[in-house]
Amino acid sequence: MTHPFSRINPVAKLGAALLLAACLVLTVDWVSAGTALLLELAAFPFLGIRARRFWLRTLPVWVAAPLTGITILLYGRPSGTIYWEWFAVRISDGSLELALATMLRVVAIGLPAVVLFITVDATDLADGLAQVWRLPSRFVLGALAAFRLVGLFANDWRYLELARRARGVGDAGRIRRIPGQVFALLVLAIRRGSKLAVAMEARGFGGPIPRTWARESRFEMGEWATLIAGLMVGMIAIAAAVGTGHWNFIVG
Amino acid sequence: MTNVPGPSSGSPVRPARVRAAGWGWRHAPRTRWALRGLDFEIDPGERVLLLGASGSGKSTVLQALAGVLGGSEEGESAGELLIDQRPASDSQGRVGLVLQDPDSQVILERVGDDVAFGCENLGVPREEIWPRVRHALAEVGLDVALDRSTAQLSGGQKQRLALAGVLAMRPGLLLLDEPTANLDPAGVAEVRDAVARVLESTGATLVVVEHRVDVWLPLVDRVIVLSPDGALLADGAPEDVLQSRGEELAELGVWVPGHPHAVAPRVSAPGTRVLGTRDLTVGRSVAFAANGFERRMPDLGFLEGTSTAITGPNGSGKSTLGLTLAGLLPPIAGTASARGTLRDGASEHPIDWRSRELLTRIGTVFQEPEHQFLRSTVREELAVGPRALKLSSAEIAARIDELLQRLRLDALADANPFTLSGGEKRRLSVATILATRPRVLVLDEPTFGQDSRTWAELLGLLGELVDEGKAIIAMTHDRRFVDTFADREVRL
Repeated sequence: MTHPFSRINPVAKLGAALLLAACLVLTVDWVSAGTALLLELAAFPFLGIRARRFWLRTLPVWVAAPLTGITILLYGRPSGTIYWEWFAVRISDGSLELALATMLRVVAIGLPAVVLFITVDATDLADGLAQVWRLPSRFVLGALAAFRLVGLFANDWRYLELARRARGVGDAGRIRRIPGQVFALLVLAIRRGSKLAVAMEARGFGGPIPRTWARESRFEMGEWATLIAGLMVGMIAIAAAVGTGHWNFIVG
Repeated sequence: MTNVPGPSSGSPVRPARVRAAGWGWRHAPRTRWALRGLDFEIDPGERVLLLGASGSGKSTVLQALAGVLGGSEEGESAGELLIDQRPASDSQGRVGLVLQDPDSQVILERVGDDVAFGCENLGVPREEIWPRVRHALAEVGLDVALDRSTAQLSGGQKQRLALAGVLAMRPGLLLLDEPTANLDPAGVAEVRDAVARVLESTGATLVVVEHRVDVWLPLVDRVIVLSPDGALLADGAPEDVLQSRGEELAELGVWVPGHPHAVAPRVSAPGTRVLGTRDLTVGRSVAFAANGFERRMPDLGFLEGTSTAITGPNGSGKSTLGLTLAGLLPPIAGTASARGTLRDGASEHPIDWRSRELLTRIGTVFQEPEHQFLRSTVREELAVGPRALKLSSAEIAARIDELLQRLRLDALADANPFTLSGGEKRRLSVATILATRPRVLVLDEPTFGQDSRTWAELLGLLGELVDEGKAIIAMTHDRRFVDTFADREVRL
């Protein structure tokens, strides 16, 4: 059973995430980021993503946000009361506030980006990019087909590693072997890629005939609603910041 | 730009006519013509088996017919190659090509999309594409859901998928370039039967390249043979050509029924036990393959001076057992242990050996030779192992020269390993292992895709090694290999 949200055109999801991000990077303050985050958390349960999957996929965001926060807390431009000082490290009112704002911002931009994309299928995205956004089909389909090879590369990589042990050069440190192995993988990748290109060309890819699409990539009510929702969250966040006087335009 | 009409709605397949008139091709950087002066005509609906030695340009003919040889930057052509009066380079949609490597011709993520791909490129209207897709899948007997992931298909299924993708384009000429060379016996039968059904229902013209003649003999009504220098050697009814040219074809590496290659009899006597397993479970972690797995293995022992063939269907864990015995993958449970001359002062378990300790003990020949090449010339490649052993440069040079000669690689000493032919790559991958004189050899599908000449050479060489007292363990689907060479077969 598929959740209705997973059927929304991926380009709409991509667009919504971009619109929201565009609103939030205009300012660095904790009110706008916090507002956006609250709205997002309220919306997520309705998108049909299981809790386990949600936490697993968004883990990088939860790790990255506090790290960014701590860095800014220690090294951000100081202002107001200084609480603690040690060499270049200064914790002040200003750096505290900036750290909180940045941390919330990373979460508020990162979470929807990840969540919107958990439900995206690469093929559907390519369909959308080529049909809705009118990107050149040669480029989009080439990238899509190449993307599928990545799985094979992971397998190649393991074999390259085993082969090095078998050939007697596996005792040197793992790190030292990486450049050679990357090069070998590159050689294999180019060979696989050119074989794939022949197979695609043999099926008429890149020919003179205008291409049709087996599946129509639709952009309808649901897609517009998704875009508007992304923009709304951003706008409400900005309004809250301006209204409470925390708006802090990043340029200037 | 030429105006190529797309196939009209619901059109039945119109078999294509092929004509070559003094046709030839020279690959851009080379001075020698790969093919020259080819003259032949193939009538609509004819089924042709195209034979020739490795490197005689069979695949080049197919790629030219499919119009994928490329333009003047790829090479130079001479004469004419026509499909229904139209140049082959300009015949999109009239010709469908299925290639050898199952992994490199799956284009999209889902089965249905992959089959639809060719139709989309030919501008077939959407409402006509899906009936064509379903029909093509039914015709090749691939009974899976349209949204099934293509990555989960077996080799034989992937080849049938490629065939379906080509069929959906309704080509009048079907080209098959060794479509079964990389498949196990079950896969070979699947693909051959699917092709038979397709020809039956469409009547399309067929050109198939394959050196295993017996697979296709029941299906074809004509055989064309290319000489090693790319000219026409023979052309006629299969019985006539195989009868009159059988000996010659066998020399070229073609598997001609009734012309077996002589393999020298072996003289070895089994020695002591050097490697054994107990309660062994082999497997791959989830990180290795897309889906990890575990297989329980029978207890096995391997003696010096014997050859063991390990057989079994795809997915029975043959390759994984090989990598585990070779000390490359850790056992999931149980042990693989070395003893006696093989252990020679090292730890009991091969997986605990250092990479350098493995060199003189167990040599592994991977299924894909390209995975184990490390250097940019054949000579350098052979020096890798001996250098790791810190042998003197005089000793290294002596070993390399001997191997180059023994494996007929001397003319290629300065060539890049990646540019060698399939048979040459296989010989080189075996030679790199022999350079450090290991006591046990583990080979994964050593005869996959080899022509009969390379096959016989390989068996001769492995036979000598067993006679010298080495233990050979080969994972294989090749019945002939098992029957001719193995002292013992272990079925998984």
